[in-house]
Amino acid sequence: MSDKSTIPFGPQHPVLPEPIHLKLVVEDEKVVEAYPSFGFVHRGLEMLVQKKDFNQMVYVVDHICGICSAMHGQAYCQAVEELIGIDVPERAKYLRVVWAELHRIHSHLLWFGLLADAFGFENLFMLSWRIREKIMDILEATAGNRVIISVNIVGGVRRDIDTEQAKWLLDELKEVEEGLKELEKIVKNNYTIKQRTVGIGVLSKEDAYMFGAVGPTLRGSGVPIDMRTTGYAAYGNLDFEPVVETDGDTYARTIVRVREMFQSIDLVRQALNKMPEGEINVKVKPNLPAGEVITRVEQPRGEVFYYIKSSGGKNLDRLRIRTPTFANLASLLHMLPGSTLADVPVLVLTIDPCISCTER
Amino acid sequence: MLKNVVSNLTHKPVTRKYPFEKREPFEKARGHIENDIDKCILCGICQRVCPSNCIQVNRKEGTWAFQPFECIICGVCVESCPTKSLTMAKEYRPISNEKYEIVQKKEVQNPPNKDKKEGA
Repeated sequence: MSDKSTIPFGPQHPVLPEPIHLKLVVEDEKVVEAYPSFGFVHRGLEMLVQKKDFNQMVYVVDHICGICSAMHGQAYCQAVEELIGIDVPERAKYLRVVWAELHRIHSHLLWFGLLADAFGFENLFMLSWRIREKIMDILEATAGNRVIISVNIVGGVRRDIDTEQAKWLLDELKEVEEGLKELEKIVKNNYTIKQRTVGIGVLSKEDAYMFGAVGPTLRGSGVPIDMRTTGYAAYGNLDFEPVVETDGDTYARTIVRVREMFQSIDLVRQALNKMPEGEINVKVKPNLPAGEVITRVEQPRGEVFYYIKSSGGKNLDRLRIRTPTFANLASLLHMLPGSTLADVPVLVLTIDPCISCTER
Repeated sequence: MLKNVVSNLTHKPVTRKYPFEKREPFEKARGHIENDIDKCILCGICQRVCPSNCIQVNRKEGTWAFQPFECIICGVCVESCPTKSLTMAKEYRPISNEKYEIVQKKEVQNPPNKDKKEGA
């Protein structure tokens, strides 16, 4: 007699901030099969593009994700700007980098807290969210809101960071960096973290590439693909290298994210130092030309893909978004079989799932 | 880690006791929008640019209606207001048990034929 049994994981589960359902077939303690199902938070945002003006749509795509909203707005604006064929002022490009990198730091800190919570290290969860609060304050002080900052518009950005505020921002970042150094020490030395992450969910370099993984999931397996190296916004003028770890397990992905936070701090500093003076946005004509455009932007979770199609007029015809979580699900389903049931929460969190993004 | 534990034992809580102790809002914070109906000319630009359709302007009756719980506080209406009657306040709107609508009324001085001319 086979002793296989089926265990539902989610849509409501303590480790899941958002609803995803996994049907896990287990044999004793081992997971042998996993089937996902989602669609619990589908909102039909892509359809709204046919009803809303392309300028209004920026605020709609900003609300796709509650964590990386600035990057969604950025990707959409870059696509529309390419379609119209306008050049964004240099200063706006640098400001976009600053806000995008601040979002990356707070997203990784949020994820790290959730991971710590998933394996029962509640103290560390609080610690990383305390550091994150500083970033939220910076965002609120510079852009006006904590998470959905809505700074990107077609043609540039809406808010400027003046010299005085930039100085204050850098001072605050120094404190954040000190906090992150503490965090890094904990990640590198703590027994609990190592026991729960080293060697769990190993994804080989070939598999990661074949399953189309993106972002830290891919880079944790040793593939140096980072969309920022394509040089969109001001990334072409900044000095950085994609963070790569070769082990391919949960620990390697954690280290990638921790190192990326330091890289982001460095990028914010570079961007603020190199930022030229000048305009922050240009006026845009109310009608769009016909055409289709593809943009790719590196989000905290990986590469996001935007496709827009227009046949003239005020509205776009079609908007298609492929979010990083959707790309990473295939590698998650590859990692799950063979793991123990107790490791499932850690494995689900290791790809940094953002279900609301995926279902839009 | 140990340093953290010791310092956490000795210093006061990092969090605020919210309803009793409120943080000063930041200078650029977007809290809620306010309309000064005396300056408002009921042009309806705010209604047209709003991404969440939370503003309705009725020129015939002279009303400016606003659903605060549908507003996403993006601030586009404030930026596009020609008379600067719309302003962004720094404080968040307090929570409420019921959804309500804010309707501001203005005496319409324009004769109805002028309305027609502008609409044409």
